[in-house]
Amino acid sequence: MSTARKLMVDARGIGKRYRIGTRRGDDAQTARAALGLRAGDLPGTFWSLRDVSFSVNQGEVVGLVGRNGAGKSTLLKILSRITDPTHGKVTLHGRVASLLEVGTGFHPELTGRENIFLNGAILGMKRWEIAAKFDEIVEFAEVGAFLDTPVKHYSSGMFVRLAFAVAAHLEPEILLIDEVLAVGDAAFQKKCLGKMGEVAGEHGRTVFFVSHNLGALRALCTSAILLEDGTVAMSGKPGEVIAHYLTKNSPSEGESNGHVAWPDATSAPGNDEMRLVSVTISGADGTPSSLLEAAQPITVEVRYTVMQRVRGARFYLFLHTSEGELAFVATDHLHQIELLEPGLYRTVFTIPGGLLNRRRYVVSTGSDVPGERYIITVSERISFTVSGAGNQSSLFPESWPGAVCPRIPCKVERLTA
Amino acid sequence: MSQPNTKADAADGGYEIVIEPSSGFLRTNWRELWEYRDLLHILVRRDFLAKYKQTMLGPLWFILQPLLSAVVMSIAFHKVAGIATGHTPSLLFNLCALLPWSYFAQNVTTGSATFTANAHLFGKVYFPRLVVPLSTVVSNLFAFILQLGVFLLFYVWFAVRGANIHIGASALLVLPLILITCVLSLGLSLLISASTAKYRDLSHLTPVLLQLWMFASPVFYPMELLTKNPSWSWLAWVNPVAPIVEHFRTVLLHDGIWNPAMLAVSAATSVVLLLFGIMAFNRAERTVVDSV
Repeated sequence: MSTARKLMVDARGIGKRYRIGTRRGDDAQTARAALGLRAGDLPGTFWSLRDVSFSVNQGEVVGLVGRNGAGKSTLLKILSRITDPTHGKVTLHGRVASLLEVGTGFHPELTGRENIFLNGAILGMKRWEIAAKFDEIVEFAEVGAFLDTPVKHYSSGMFVRLAFAVAAHLEPEILLIDEVLAVGDAAFQKKCLGKMGEVAGEHGRTVFFVSHNLGALRALCTSAILLEDGTVAMSGKPGEVIAHYLTKNSPSEGESNGHVAWPDATSAPGNDEMRLVSVTISGADGTPSSLLEAAQPITVEVRYTVMQRVRGARFYLFLHTSEGELAFVATDHLHQIELLEPGLYRTVFTIPGGLLNRRRYVVSTGSDVPGERYIITVSERISFTVSGAGNQSSLFPESWPGAVCPRIPCKVERLTA
Repeated sequence: MSQPNTKADAADGGYEIVIEPSSGFLRTNWRELWEYRDLLHILVRRDFLAKYKQTMLGPLWFILQPLLSAVVMSIAFHKVAGIATGHTPSLLFNLCALLPWSYFAQNVTTGSATFTANAHLFGKVYFPRLVVPLSTVVSNLFAFILQLGVFLLFYVWFAVRGANIHIGASALLVLPLILITCVLSLGLSLLISASTAKYRDLSHLTPVLLQLWMFASPVFYPMELLTKNPSWSWLAWVNPVAPIVEHFRTVLLHDGIWNPAMLAVSAATSVVLLLFGIMAFNRAERTVVDSV
């Protein structure tokens, strides 16, 4: 954090207490569940945030990292003035716009054109500002031909593109973004990431960014804050914070030994439809292990119970390096069972031998119904280390760069003398 | 909800927003509200556009609804129950009183659902919450103007057919009357929406209360029925809507009582309700996100 630049956000000792027992919003409920009903100092209350302090300078892109319920969303809500802190004080030196959701306030009956103005105004833009950027927004969203069609007829992709386009053209000094990149197709996500980089880099804006996409956080952020149980556990360079987060939040290799299980069916990750039972990593011999050979195939077996009939669900496997780079994402959607009746199931992913590098990896899993809803939120479950010989890196004593290190066929030939 | 002090920072010409646990009642940031006038404008447009999209008759419904109830009530009150409407044709009598009444009832119905209907929006983005009930009051004003047009059409039609009616300069007094209606309905909807933020009970009761209120106001009968009845005359003073409705007829049709004292009581009640409404609303908007 450079000192020469202007101070934009100054948070001092923020605390937020929620009351339990009265009717509350979803966020409070998920937060409470995640914290395991941790009681605050008053009976019937719990603290979503406690004594959080930090400062951010102009042009910084700050990533907020933490488990579900750690207080990330509450912090963003306080910064965006949606809810009040119970304690503490935040000073924001600039206009703030928040994008906690894509398409907030869109009216389905209104046309794309009308919604651009409506959404822009809700996000705090003046009418002339929207009018001045109108063509740019339409071009970015690629919805030109449907500008005068009610948005209820839009495909979900078009809807998201239009909504993000409006938000991307906001010009606040401080921009708060929550998990919005989880939507949209890959090409559009890339475009959005590019736009965000531009917003921070060229225009010198300050950006707060919450995402479970650790790769995007690494690529975009200049610093990161790790929240744990409502307090700042660590702040600093994104690479270091993410590595620390992954180490702390995935069961350590010694303890897990390649197998992690959720014996309590009511608190296992998932919802009433489906819950995780176990995740097991094993090598060629089939015994669970957290230390695996690079040359041998590695299987990741995910077991889950289905309590209610689910149609069209798929499982994901995210593999991150311990530094938070995304190595790849796999899904079982080509092999899934279309209609899952109640019962115990497993999905087995086999990572071919000779693909991974010699380093530590973190496995995240989750499931969703594509384009519809999440069933089990993708989250870090278990970690393992790849070692041994087999790939080209094995010839060198030092670590080999790259998230993966596939054995690629190559040959060397002499063509002329 | 925080009540941020958005003040220009003279030193760097920028903005400074302070977010703190808030206390106190009358901390509405009027300057910020003014900053969001474009949002008010667009919300009014949205309300108006969204209401008639997906209907065949479109904006005609703004006119048809009160017209139909005027016809129905003319039959019920005047043909069947035989209540006299002085020298005015009963349809005109009802249409005139329905102008302020439907404006008032619409404002209260929509405005009192501010928090419940916008819970999702309020949970995701910040803007001065007062913009929403204000936009309701303004957008309903368009429906009022359309209905005024219909009233005038019928007025001309009845006048041509020789009814004993005449409009004069006193018609301009409609403006202060509609202002009182504005203040009263805004105050009331702020109070109700603040109370429904936590417990929804009142939102079930509101339509019933409004109906009761309509019959307790001289909408379909002359005020005289109240004032001349010793056991009900207090209602004319206590009910702030009663003098507004009656005086609409007095100034537009010269058919009704003229009682400035009653109007003054109504206006004073409205202002007091608005002040309490703003206080309650401010209080509710700070905590509503955590409880809706």
